[in-house]
Amino acid sequence: MKSIQKDPSIHAYHRQQPDAQPSRVYDPYRSTVTRNPSKPLIFLPHTLSETTGPVYGHAPVSETDSDLTRQHKGEPLGERIIVTGRVLDDTGRPVPNTLVEIWQANAAGRYQHQRDQHPAPLDPNFSGAGRVITDENGNYRFVSIKPGAYPWFNHYNAWRPAHIHFSVFGRAFLSRLITQMYFPGDPLFAFDPIYQSIPDEKARQRMIAKFDLETTKPQWALGYRFDIVLRGPEATPFEP
Amino acid sequence: MNLEHTPSQTCGPYLHIGLTDKGSVMHIASPGIQGERLLLKCRVLDADGVPIDDAMIEIWQANAEGTYNHPADSRDPGPGAAFHGFGRAATDESGNCEFETIKPGRVPGPQSSLQAPHLNVLLFGRGILLHLHTRIYFDGDPANEADPVLRLVPEERRVTLFAHPDPERPGTWHFEFRLRGERETVFFDV
Repeated sequence: MKSIQKDPSIHAYHRQQPDAQPSRVYDPYRSTVTRNPSKPLIFLPHTLSETTGPVYGHAPVSETDSDLTRQHKGEPLGERIIVTGRVLDDTGRPVPNTLVEIWQANAAGRYQHQRDQHPAPLDPNFSGAGRVITDENGNYRFVSIKPGAYPWFNHYNAWRPAHIHFSVFGRAFLSRLITQMYFPGDPLFAFDPIYQSIPDEKARQRMIAKFDLETTKPQWALGYRFDIVLRGPEATPFEP
Repeated sequence: MNLEHTPSQTCGPYLHIGLTDKGSVMHIASPGIQGERLLLKCRVLDADGVPIDDAMIEIWQANAEGTYNHPADSRDPGPGAAFHGFGRAATDESGNCEFETIKPGRVPGPQSSLQAPHLNVLLFGRGILLHLHTRIYFDGDPANEADPVLRLVPEERRVTLFAHPDPERPGTWHFEFRLRGERETVFFDV
């Protein structure tokens, strides 16, 4: 096999940080075993195919898309929360105009999804989906309710800690990230193979939002901060 | 590098709520877009050959002239300027999903080479903690032979990266993702 040398005309991106990402096959999370390759991945040098990606700056996003408590006639039940933060690359540069999509269970731990059979009530005032575009400084903000923990079938008495799914694009197809945001102090962390699939404890903790009194609105909602760090370029590209 | 990355997690089985109920893009190329039109039919199978009914595929591709609609690609997009190049679909109960698009042109590779036409593909799903990254090439394209990325792949495995034309329906192509086991699809460390 031939190797390709680095192309000086391409701004290559930093590679994944070893302990920051999950093991692809992680036995305690059963379905990883049949859904991930057995052969080693093939090292791909970065070309324009990897360092470009969908730019969402002009995607139509309405105001209620980022407020999950105002998408129906009435208000959803549960603890109202504000979740805000910045999308940054690993060089510390904010990622503006990028699409952030979220989805979550309701306060009772039930998803508005036909395959979710957990016998907890649905909430007619809660769909659990949101989207927003980051501002010029990479900031995003959602209003929602705190999702409940819910059971799953991975092992006996398996429960997922409360979480919000986050999907982010960044500037390049290789900076794409789907993750889950957790809440501080959840007693289920120790028992959750999805959370535990990240080898490094410090890396795991980067998925936990921080309670933030400044974000908290008096008499209205608790505030959490969750910053998201994506892969960034090896050298900062020249910007005209 | 100053900051540590946020780890990846699975999108789980309910990804449709946030990603595809409103956000799927099966028509990557609208009818007015120039290029060789194709209907790409994808199928996703697990290690036992069982179709995966809760996966999501995302595609990113160049236009027919081989340019990407992105600030890092400074070349003139030509008549393909209106082409966005992004697709997203969830698999159905049979593990299938499809995209209407155009065949991309050749994009530059390392050392002033040209890459063979290809689609860049990400695969997400329950049981996939960190999404899988691969490419779809077109079987029979004369440019495949010298493609700098295909040459990194052991010869006997290259076939796993080829979409095949449907012998009965011109313009329809098939691609199978086999996530593990026999004829396992090649995935890249990007």
